[in-house]
Amino acid sequence: MNYFTGIDVGASATKAVIINAEKEVVGYSVNNSGADFRAASDTAFSKAKKNADPKGSENYIIVATGYGRRNIPYVDGIKTEISCHARGSYHFFRNAHTLIDIGGQDSKVIRVDVLGERGSFKMNRKCAAGTGAFLEEIANRLDVKLGQLNRLAEKAQKNIEIGSYCTVFTATEILTKIREGEQVENIVKGIFNSVITRAIEMDPMENNIVMTGGVVAYNPFLVKMFEEKLGKKIFVPPLPQLTGAFGAALFALEGKPTEG
Amino acid sequence: MAEEKKRLIKKIQATSQMKKIMADYFYELDRASKEGSPPVAWCTSVGPGELLLSLGFLVYYPENHGAMLGTTRMANNYIPVANAIGYSPDICSYLTSDVGAFIKKETPLSLAYEGINEVPKPDVLVYNTNQCRDVQDWFSWYARELKVPTLGISTYRCIGNVSDYNLESITKQIKDLIPHLETISGNKFDIDKFREVLTRSYECTQLWKKVLETNMAVPAPMSFFDGTIQMGPAVVLRGTETAIEYYTLLLKELEEKVKNTEGAVDGEKFRLYWEGMPIWGKLRNLSEFFIELKTAVVASTYCNSWIFEAFDPEYPFMSLARAYTELFIVRDENFKEKYIEEMVHKYKLDGILFHDAKTCPNNSNNRYGMPERLQKRLNIPTLTINGDLNDLRCFSEEQAKTNIEAFVEQLEVV
Ligand code: SF4
Repeated sequence: MNYFTGIDVGASATKAVIINAEKEVVGYSVNNSGADFRAASDTAFSKAKKNADPKGSENYIIVATGYGRRNIPYVDGIKTEISCHARGSYHFFRNAHTLIDIGGQDSKVIRVDVLGERGSFKMNRKCAAGTGAFLEEIANRLDVKLGQLNRLAEKAQKNIEIGSYCTVFTATEILTKIREGEQVENIVKGIFNSVITRAIEMDPMENNIVMTGGVVAYNPFLVKMFEEKLGKKIFVPPLPQLTGAFGAALFALEGKPTEG
Repeated sequence: MAEEKKRLIKKIQATSQMKKIMADYFYELDRASKEGSPPVAWCTSVGPGELLLSLGFLVYYPENHGAMLGTTRMANNYIPVANAIGYSPDICSYLTSDVGAFIKKETPLSLAYEGINEVPKPDVLVYNTNQCRDVQDWFSWYARELKVPTLGISTYRCIGNVSDYNLESITKQIKDLIPHLETISGNKFDIDKFREVLTRSYECTQLWKKVLETNMAVPAPMSFFDGTIQMGPAVVLRGTETAIEYYTLLLKELEEKVKNTEGAVDGEKFRLYWEGMPIWGKLRNLSEFFIELKTAVVASTYCNSWIFEAFDPEYPFMSLARAYTELFIVRDENFKEKYIEEMVHKYKLDGILFHDAKTCPNNSNNRYGMPERLQKRLNIPTLTINGDLNDLRCFSEEQAKTNIEAFVEQLEVV
């Protein structure tokens, strides 16, 4: 039997998703990318296989995506993360939508039309502001764990404005807030708000809005704040961090990847 | 792997002749600089080079030197040197890399041409602000440093139609240069010589235009990346017989390629427009990448910028003024959009790529909503990539390539 695998070698995390011919997820994993993309993808793939295929008897068709997509020699095809995210998202939301993916090192806004075809897209510029790396830096600065941010933001008592669009400037702004005795919870909420503003600046938020990526997966409160800001519901697929890998697996199934 | 890649870019045979004439050009300048005669003028790339040639100057173009600093990837050694003396990393990286290299007493010319150790010493610096203010600041730095006179033409910017008052002002400014240039060169201005230079420049321009237009053929015989190299003589040797001879040769070769349907990109699937500056340090790299994607970058504003249709020896001053005022870079958004629209039809393009060059707002036409407007109006996809002409600190290769690859994937489904 054939299984179809998508491996998304992102800047921070490497994700693998295995689906069967019915497009059901039969295995997945999320791992750190580290400095060796090949090793990271090996680990992600074998961990995902453990759930999907403990006897190791299946045949795999693999499509790679993400920053390290060219570093994996055993794939059947490659596709950019822009196309894979759009494909993965359209599987769950079969309407025209604007997809916002907030990843480790970049964020993207991608347009998907009613037929599932991907239109224009924008990726953020060179600064980490508005990405997972930005949140990581700020968590360090505040001396809290990355995993605590969501809970802290939920507890905020008020909205504070953090306006800079440069990570270093933001860190300085935060120092000022700390000096002024601002509560950490309020600062974290301000930071979430800054991530949202960076996304809104990238492209008009038209049609339905879908959000994916690791930041969304671990910080559902950020989605809630985004909804409030836009005044409309935001759709999040199951396993939002895996949307790109899932899209790649769908491309593997549909046999439309570029040659690897 | 590298060997295999090398072969991706198709050779243009005429290039060896170009290398020779460029070498002759730089050796002649070097000789003049060492011997103190004939006089040497530095001129901005779309400045009044023809007038200077007619007055007996050898003309050196610092922007060409800037591009050499970019292609050799030496620029990033020197940009910080200029930054340190107060020239911001946000201003023209031709300026900062060129000034930095001068301070360090280094030049890519000495690597390319044995015996040349420095850029030629100028007797006068002549700029035209039609392209930007940075050229004026750039030449002013040298004027102070070398105690050499600097003369300039200040033109209008962002203009729609070129009107009489624009041309009258520029014509007057060009004429006002003459007495100063006569004194500096020791030569009397001769209108017939001026007309001769203009005639040759016009011929060069027409040939260069025909060279670029061979790319209307499908597949296109030359890529934008080849074009940025092939335009060297149109920049530094226009007004001479040498440039005319060169483009006659190149045109013949490209016409032959068209006849044999020999494209620069094997299996050409898509055709793009490049709007903005080249990323000089990544020419080869990007050229190969597009070849792998079977996508040909066939036309550009940049290469077209050295087509000067207006030159007319009958009206030498007015036509020089017109040629250097009706350029794309001097015009307003409406003109630019219409211009690109024509290119889209003429070259049968599938998409437009904008390069947002960090240090050159003048050539970064994505910044006032043009890609979005064109995308909507022409129903053609556009993409903006971030980078720079010379400062590779502003370019993320991975991000740019992912953007380009995703853009080509988008074209595949259109
Ligand atoms: S137009 Fe741009 S690249 Fe050219 S000199 Fe001016 S600022 Fe520099």
